[in-house]
Amino acid sequence: MTTATNIDPAAPGMQTVRATTSSRTRPFYWCLRREIWEHRAIYIAPLVVAGLVLFGYFIRLSRLPQAVRHAANLPWWKQYLEVALPFALAMAAVLVTGAIVGVFYCIGALGNERRDRSILFWKSLPVSDLTTVLAKATIPMVVIPVVVTIAALIVQFVMLAAATGVLAASGSGTQVLWSHWSFAHMSLTLIYLVVTGTLWYAPIYGWLLMVSAWARRMTFLWAVLVPVGLAVVERIAFDTNYVWSLIRYRLKGFIDLAFTQPPRNTTTIDPAALMAPAHFFASPGLWIGLVVAVAFFAAAVWLRRGREPA
Amino acid sequence: MSTIEAHGLRKAFRNTIALDGVDLRVEEGRILGLIGPNGAGKSTLLNCVLGLIPFEGQLNVIGLDPWRARGRLMRDVCFIADVAVLPRWMRVSQAVDYVEGVHPRFDRSKAEAFLARTQIKKTSRVRELSKGMVTQLHLALVMAIDAKLLVLDEPTLGLDLLFRKQFYESLLNDYFDRTRTIVVTTHQVEEIQQILTDMMFIDRGKIAFSCSMEDFESRYVELTARPESVADAYALKPIYERQMLGRTMLLFDGVARDRLAPFGDIRTPSIADLFVAVMGNRQQAQGVAA
Repeated sequence: MTTATNIDPAAPGMQTVRATTSSRTRPFYWCLRREIWEHRAIYIAPLVVAGLVLFGYFIRLSRLPQAVRHAANLPWWKQYLEVALPFALAMAAVLVTGAIVGVFYCIGALGNERRDRSILFWKSLPVSDLTTVLAKATIPMVVIPVVVTIAALIVQFVMLAAATGVLAASGSGTQVLWSHWSFAHMSLTLIYLVVTGTLWYAPIYGWLLMVSAWARRMTFLWAVLVPVGLAVVERIAFDTNYVWSLIRYRLKGFIDLAFTQPPRNTTTIDPAALMAPAHFFASPGLWIGLVVAVAFFAAAVWLRRGREPA
Repeated sequence: MSTIEAHGLRKAFRNTIALDGVDLRVEEGRILGLIGPNGAGKSTLLNCVLGLIPFEGQLNVIGLDPWRARGRLMRDVCFIADVAVLPRWMRVSQAVDYVEGVHPRFDRSKAEAFLARTQIKKTSRVRELSKGMVTQLHLALVMAIDAKLLVLDEPTLGLDLLFRKQFYESLLNDYFDRTRTIVVTTHQVEEIQQILTDMMFIDRGKIAFSCSMEDFESRYVELTARPESVADAYALKPIYERQMLGRTMLLFDGVARDRLAPFGDIRTPSIADLFVAVMGNRQQAQGVAA
């Protein structure tokens, strides 16, 4: 019987070994990590805002028991403002921070590497422009949304726990608070809001990434000036407002699509009950926006490939 | 298969022709010095080779079209384009982690061994390092990659003499072997003369001159002529002459050394001398033609 002790480099077994050594590299993963190394604001900014929000709420807590006792005899919306509004504001603060970080990240993402010529270093490694741009697009599309969701959830949980504790200890009762603010509904709304918002605003991130790959300097100015300029030219030339209404629709149309109006004779606002996912996901505006976003991302890949370092 | 092969390589920018029909062939195991004045097209040529810019004509680098397959190409090709390109915000340890994470031919232990011989701290950021240290770091990363072609574009710009010497010594002793190919451009030609196997002068987008170092050493002789022999030496048709401290130095191409020896001191010229001669003659020829 022949023994299979000959080590032939072309044998299937050896090839498998080789394949596993080279599949050890994970360019996309490391591109993502590299973005987070460079842009620490991605997680620091939401955490700082979360800390500030909590700080403000802890001050508010000192007068919460009295306010709740007082509010027990007031109309529902006054109770709501007293106990639930801070939660909504806290969530909004964290989410808006994430959006701002995303915008500034995109503005610099493909321009800074050309300006400091480090693009020559990145391009000296076997990482394609597609992988690089995909990783950069993943930051505003996935990483920041996940970070703000977690930050907002932690903030809400700490706020609710602290408020419940203070109210229970003071004997004011937690009934008013809990009837207007449910952690489960809030979490659901938060996740829904982040997912739909990210998808809706994808073309804006795509536009900013593309402009940052294209503009030599003053990326923000170009990013704003081009659409505004187009709208102004259209208005003057044709007396129409198509561009402007398109911009407004993209910036403001999202809440109307994703949520319905509260019913008239309600006794609280339960945001989870106002979610309109079917309406949102059936809207052509969403899908057209996503197609445009993909086109912008593709253009950014193309531009990065051919652009010389500035 | 040649490491680099180009035929009729052309690259035009908006208002200049940077490369005007370059034919080039670099075989495996060579160290080619690409020498030329500023704006001659050296960097453009290297950028084409590295797949950073599109071009016209034919270009093959280790069998690949660099513009179409940059990602693949970079597994076998490394480059240090200028000392300033490492991202300033990056930590040394992050740079090593990143390259290890994306490069299949990176050997972390080699990079760490090289870094251990320097003053570089792993926790430092690139912006905190001196210019020489940044180059050492870049070299440490590049030398740990088992590449077929290494491209160096002014790698030692702005470094002091000690760092420059170390840079090329490390490169030659720890990195280069006969299966790798190195292409290097620099203005400090004298410093790399000893390590080159081939040289090429590039001028206004064209290859003005190229030869191997063996040819260079056997073909070219510089004669410092004794005053009474200058006229006799002229009869042998020097390709270039210059005056230095009142003595006449003449450069000869293809004239046997024993024929020149009676007229004065002879030596192998430096690449810089030949460069000045070739470029000076070209400019003169063009001046006459114009």
